[in-house]
Amino acid sequence: MIHIKRLQEDGADVIALVGEIDASSSIELDLAIAKSVGEGFTKILVDCSALEYISSAGLGVFMSYIEEFEDKHIKMVLFGMNEKVANTFEILGLNELLQIGMDKVQAKKLIQ
Amino acid sequence: MRTKAIIRLLFTAGVVTWLALVFTDIPILISSVNSIPPDIPVWLPNVLLDMFILSLYYYYKLKIDKGDLNFVDLLWRVFATGLVATVISLALRLVDFLLGNTKLASHVVFIDFVYLINLGLMISFLIMAFMAWKRLILYQKSKWLLRLWSFFEYSLLISLVYNSFDFPFVSWIYNIMLGLLIVTGLVLSGNMKWVAFLNFRQKWTSLLLLLLTVFYLGYSLFTNSNLAYEINKIAPVFTDYRGHVFILSVVVFVTLYSIFSFLVILFNLPTTSVFEQKLEEVVNFQRISQSIQTEQSEESVYNILLETSVSTVFADAGWLEVIINERENRIFTYQITDKESRDIIRHLNENNVKGILDQGSDKTKNLSKHLASLKGSRFRSILAFPIHVKGNNIGTLALLKELPDGFNKEMTRIVSTFANQAGISIENFRLLEEALQNERYKEELKIAKMVQKSLLPQLLEKDDDFEIEAFSESADEVGGDYYDTLRIGKHMVSLIIADVSGKGTTAAFHMSQMKGIFHSLAQQDFEPHEFMARANQALVYCLERGSFISASYFVINTHKKKIRYARAGHCPVLYYHAAQNCIEYFKDKGIALGMVRNKSYTNFIQTYEFEYKTDDIMVLYTDGITEAKNKKNEEFGYDRLAATLLEVKGLSAKQIQNHLVSRLYDFSETRNINDDYTTMIVKFK
Repeated sequence: MIHIKRLQEDGADVIALVGEIDASSSIELDLAIAKSVGEGFTKILVDCSALEYISSAGLGVFMSYIEEFEDKHIKMVLFGMNEKVANTFEILGLNELLQIGMDKVQAKKLIQ
Repeated sequence: MRTKAIIRLLFTAGVVTWLALVFTDIPILISSVNSIPPDIPVWLPNVLLDMFILSLYYYYKLKIDKGDLNFVDLLWRVFATGLVATVISLALRLVDFLLGNTKLASHVVFIDFVYLINLGLMISFLIMAFMAWKRLILYQKSKWLLRLWSFFEYSLLISLVYNSFDFPFVSWIYNIMLGLLIVTGLVLSGNMKWVAFLNFRQKWTSLLLLLLTVFYLGYSLFTNSNLAYEINKIAPVFTDYRGHVFILSVVVFVTLYSIFSFLVILFNLPTTSVFEQKLEEVVNFQRISQSIQTEQSEESVYNILLETSVSTVFADAGWLEVIINERENRIFTYQITDKESRDIIRHLNENNVKGILDQGSDKTKNLSKHLASLKGSRFRSILAFPIHVKGNNIGTLALLKELPDGFNKEMTRIVSTFANQAGISIENFRLLEEALQNERYKEELKIAKMVQKSLLPQLLEKDDDFEIEAFSESADEVGGDYYDTLRIGKHMVSLIIADVSGKGTTAAFHMSQMKGIFHSLAQQDFEPHEFMARANQALVYCLERGSFISASYFVINTHKKKIRYARAGHCPVLYYHAAQNCIEYFKDKGIALGMVRNKSYTNFIQTYEFEYKTDDIMVLYTDGITEAKNKKNEEFGYDRLAATLLEVKGLSAKQIQNHLVSRLYDFSETRNINDDYTTMIVKFK
């Protein structure tokens, strides 16, 4: 189960993920990002500090936006991952394709 | 076939006994007229008469039981029998009339002959009617009614026996017997349940048939009693039915029941339409409930609901609005155009009329007056009910009449029940659809699982330099774990382990693509990173958005004792160095296949190399192993995996694998896994 909260800070859309993302809840993540893009945000911060688990389907959601964001010049930064989640990103090599910050402060710097 | 023969036999028996009756009664009559003792026992004609009655009884019993007759058919049979009897009797009268006052016509033997013919006809008519009435009375039988009827029939049989033998006439026995039979017949005549099942038309037909039946009865009684009276004047001894308990009781019973039925039907006539309507309601109700089993679509359920509702409350028109989604809805109409109904809906919405199209509290309140303000509409009454499925309003049923105040409370109740029933039907229908869909999905999964299983190799490459074992167990849902080996050359063997993201048929499909890619690219002896780059290129065109495949590809060179490999986002290799007795995870760089969908992928993948030594162990696995959870929701993890390997480092690849698998099951404390487990263990010699 995943709980997604969105709020805006300094012109960036902050998407906070709370809980676990598996195959079924990955759809919600996809919808949240799509909504943010649809609303015209060019800076998206994903708060993963309360994200406990992410399955390959969830990673696939992030992956699927990489090219679209490059084309539309949208920046997305993920931050606050716990060790386990970070490891999942690393194993797949997604850390090389996505911008990942330690915390919100660093993430905000990265997105500028 | 057999009953047919029996019926014929019984008919013949009837004719024969009647003839015998004639040939015994007439001599007795003659002796009686001449006041000389007869040669034939006086009781013989009575016995013959009773035998005649018995044969007719069984004859008609079989005839009526044979045909599956409805009530009107039964009445028709009785009427027809009466008609035949009356016509023959009238013909005899005509003959009598034509003969005039000739000697023959006034001769007692002739009169007796005519009398016996008339008596035979009357008895057959009576018994026919008796059998028919029996059928009608026992239409909806209870135990008590059945007992009473048996009592009635046995009493009649006893009376028949009583009449057969010339017992000395005892007035009180005779009276009690006759009285008892008449009372029983009277009680039985109260059973008229069948009348309720006649429709209006059938009731009219039945009235006519019953009236004629009573008329025939009266006529034949009149004829017979006249004839008997005349004979009695001349000859004291002959077969006189007037003292015959059986015949008299049956006459009374048949007449009473005919008259009762006639009256009951007559008084039921005005209420028939109500009964018919109720019956139709029940039938309509059943239609709605059954439509779910027989109908192919929700649409036909809607149509049946609309049709039945309109016909049950005699509405002039109706529509059924079905909400498809927030913006769209569909209207099924009956005797009204789409435009007209939408006009009415809009009109009601614009005037903000509450309680008609939504769940109003009181439907009988006169809300139809709002229709009057709609110009060009012919309707003056409206009755509408929402249809609910699982608490959601899925549509509205609206019925219209051109009369003002056209719907009464009763109709409101019926339509409300219909709407509820339709909601249940539609819900059931949807559940059934869902169940079927699930079944199809399960079947599909079964096939996918079979495909997946068949894609995994039965045998792995053998080599003198290493032993290799693999194990794969998939969860209920089909996963996309894949492993394979291929010999490239005398000293070269390639290995692959891959995990397709997602589950189900697509995963199995991608897995089969991965197998194809592995078998075609591995043979060409590419460097591992080149292998990955080409595999990525090939997969870009078939992996959908968000799907990827993690893989590790190895080329073992037994000549140089070196392994070159590339890791594309797959779980890091667990390696045991026997010489140093230490364990290591190869956390090299490399991203999964399908994540970068252009040539730049080559920037993200590299080939690594290491040497292997005797007793080194390489463990390849998928994330199902490290992410396996126990009841406390802890993951098996990398540390437990490493520790497990260390426990059995000295054993063979097969033993290591068995140990690992059993550890995993012990840890998760269940056999029901929720992901695929795959391991491939290579032990070097």
